[in-house]
Amino acid sequence: MHKLSTKKALTAFIIFGWILVIVADRVDELRVYQGATIAITTLAIASIILLTGYSGQVSLGHGAFLAFGAYAAALAQTYWQSPFWFTLLVAVMVSAAFGFILGFAAGRLSGPYLAGTTLALAVGLPTLANQFSFLGGETGLVYDAGSPPARFGEEFTLYKWFFWIAAFVVLIAMFLLRNLLNSRFGRTWKSLRANPTAAALCGVNVAQSKVLAFTISAGVAGLSGALLGMISIVAPSAFPLSLSFTIITGAILAGVTSLLGSMLGAVVLVVIPEIADVISHQLGDSEKVTTNLPGFIISVLLILTVLFSPNGPAEAMRKRREQHAKH
Amino acid sequence: MTSLVVSNLTVSHGAIRALRDISFEVNEGELTAIIGANGAGKTTLLRTLSGLKSAESGTATWRDRNILGKRPEDLVRRGISHVSEGKSVIPELTVRENLVIGGLWRRDKSGTEKAINEAVELFPRLGERMSQSANTLSGGERQMLAIGRALVSRPKLLFLDEPSLGLAPLIIEQIFSAIKNLQKSMNLTVVLVEQNATSALEIADTGVILNLGELVATGNARELLEDPALKSAYLGY
Amino acid sequence: MRNLIGTLLIGLTLGSIYSLMALALVLVWRSTRVVNFAQAGQAIVTTYIAYEIVTRTGVFWLAVLFAVVAGALIGAGVEYFLMRTLFRHVDEGPVAALAPVIATLGLLGIIRSIVGMIWGNDFRSFYSPVSTDNFVFAGESIPFSPLNVLIILSTVVVMIIFSIIFQRTDLGLSLRAAAFQPEIARLAGIRVGPIRTLGWVFAGVAGAIAGVLVTPTTILSPNSLDLLLVFGFVAAVIGGLESLPGAVLGGLVLGLGVSFVLNYVGTSLVFPSIFIVLIISLIVRPNGLLGSKKVRSA
Repeated sequence: MHKLSTKKALTAFIIFGWILVIVADRVDELRVYQGATIAITTLAIASIILLTGYSGQVSLGHGAFLAFGAYAAALAQTYWQSPFWFTLLVAVMVSAAFGFILGFAAGRLSGPYLAGTTLALAVGLPTLANQFSFLGGETGLVYDAGSPPARFGEEFTLYKWFFWIAAFVVLIAMFLLRNLLNSRFGRTWKSLRANPTAAALCGVNVAQSKVLAFTISAGVAGLSGALLGMISIVAPSAFPLSLSFTIITGAILAGVTSLLGSMLGAVVLVVIPEIADVISHQLGDSEKVTTNLPGFIISVLLILTVLFSPNGPAEAMRKRREQHAKH
Repeated sequence: MTSLVVSNLTVSHGAIRALRDISFEVNEGELTAIIGANGAGKTTLLRTLSGLKSAESGTATWRDRNILGKRPEDLVRRGISHVSEGKSVIPELTVRENLVIGGLWRRDKSGTEKAINEAVELFPRLGERMSQSANTLSGGERQMLAIGRALVSRPKLLFLDEPSLGLAPLIIEQIFSAIKNLQKSMNLTVVLVEQNATSALEIADTGVILNLGELVATGNARELLEDPALKSAYLGY
Repeated sequence: MRNLIGTLLIGLTLGSIYSLMALALVLVWRSTRVVNFAQAGQAIVTTYIAYEIVTRTGVFWLAVLFAVVAGALIGAGVEYFLMRTLFRHVDEGPVAALAPVIATLGLLGIIRSIVGMIWGNDFRSFYSPVSTDNFVFAGESIPFSPLNVLIILSTVVVMIIFSIIFQRTDLGLSLRAAAFQPEIARLAGIRVGPIRTLGWVFAGVAGAIAGVLVTPTTILSPNSLDLLLVFGFVAAVIGGLESLPGAVLGGLVLGLGVSFVLNYVGTSLVFPSIFIVLIISLIVRPNGLLGSKKVRSA
């Protein structure tokens, strides 16, 4: 993704978008819904790639930012009667604002203490909604993208509409993200992560740069959260702690420095439960196995990835090439 | 009697050859200074000899037994102590604790106490700060503490990696004369790696000069100091 | 007034439960500078083992023994097979700092799913060694039972024993040296490998004790210790990861905070209040209540 010029990349994105549209026409409802899920997960994973893979910071509770985004969008729609596209913008802004705050905290807290804080945030935030009725309580808020426009015809289902919106928004966001990561911002973050002291000596304002990364990462996560709220619900149960872990898992499987990999990670996360189903059929279909097999497979993949190609398969291959070159 | 024999040692850092075909010998009870500019491979040499790094090829023996590819903690038990470059004390522990850890492997409490007292005699400044956290020490005091810790292990062979780094000349003098004393009084074999070539060669018996990973010269320290060719190339004047 | 005392007692009980898990986490941290999320997984396995022993033999203390031994073995196994391999392979790149955390998270997932596959995800009740009936004081029932007393006592005993080991023994000095500066410790002759494994053995033992004492108060299921892990981790962070008494103090602070919120505000603000308690304590002391005052960068 780095090698393409912006124009070429734009063309690639557009072509990819067209392909998605065509494919969406030909597959069944379940796949279309899964497609939307994949798109949204891709975006969420991308936010971690920016934060961890590029600027080297850790967040164990990014699900909180998804929740911020979803709730902000839903509130904007419910109480301000905002148009849908505007609510997405609100989601990004609100989430980014909270990311800004957390970014400051991140500067003052070292590794595990920051991890603990993000963890507590992810655990604490969603249930806050239960307490306040204007946040919809346990059942959550209504947030919808409206029905597909009439001119798309009667065949155009709601799920397809979800998919179109999600794919469109995610494609745009990923394109912008790609440009951001290839720009001097991205290079600055990479230099930060590799050697903060050297970066500082080169005139980089380390603290500012890190906070910026957190802010943008949170904004991106908020956007994906709003989309998630659109296809499922905006309620505490949609943002459990496991969501945060799933996103991190996807980022690691993707290769934490690779934006392209984020889609791969999302696909793996969505596909594994299907594969697990098949395997557990073979093993006799016991309920104990079926419920636990997907988690098992994903966790095993996660450990293998962390052990043998922690920076992603691309890094691992590069290292192996280096070693062969020596001999 | 030769005790440390290094033969055709080659060490790499990834794709880079840090040491190429190095051979030299150190007699027991002698102080050998290993000098050379930055990047000459001096630290790599010590780290390989003390077990922190593995060699690509070649041999190194101490008292006729191989020391390559061994774990540092095992070499300590054979009498080899290494004071590494830069950070060699544990700042989170007290001065006393930093000394005690040198003797933990021996499980000889009274012997360790004796060794600690000897270290404090050698470096009285440490005695004044025994219960202080090691991160309150000045650079020179930390170096003394690091050397003290190595001594508590009762070494026969002592590796010192750039003990003068970042220290004031007065302190350097103190430390170097302490090292010389140790060598004489304990019949210690010392390998001293230094960028500060003149000071090192002045207290050394023999010298080894490295440049860019290759051996340039070995011999009597006095002769090396006087050799004009070496002088201009490596000693800087 | 009665309400206040009740709240305090509940806070004390909750606090000691969090402290036990926090102690296990701090033990691993102090020995190897890793946050071990798999602790919940290790503890749940040992608890299920205890469950099997207790349902077959009815002897609780035998079950505890098995759990503790299993905890020690599992802890050693995880350190030896997972963490050492990890440190050998991973030493650079953005994930290096994160890698042990991810690995332990992955391990947690694996253990949980295996436990689920063997025992199923249903809820079971776990035998309590002492009565779980509340004490009756002056005709009133107070929210405190013999089990709670046992939990508090165990927490204190575990803390004292390990504190003594770490601060006053040569073994503890080796552990601390190996954790702070493994290379220097090696050069001083300390066998860093086995020492680090020992740290995990200690943590495994603490976690096993936590599991068997805490589970009688709720239910047993593959996920039942996960939330405790989060609470325990937050408690450890509040207290300062470097300190065993800190873990207990952090647990206490958190327990009291949660109890007060439960009692005077409502259940749904419990989790947010954890976050608030954490933030406040980190603002006041970025390295934990009993940590050093200086802010050390990661």
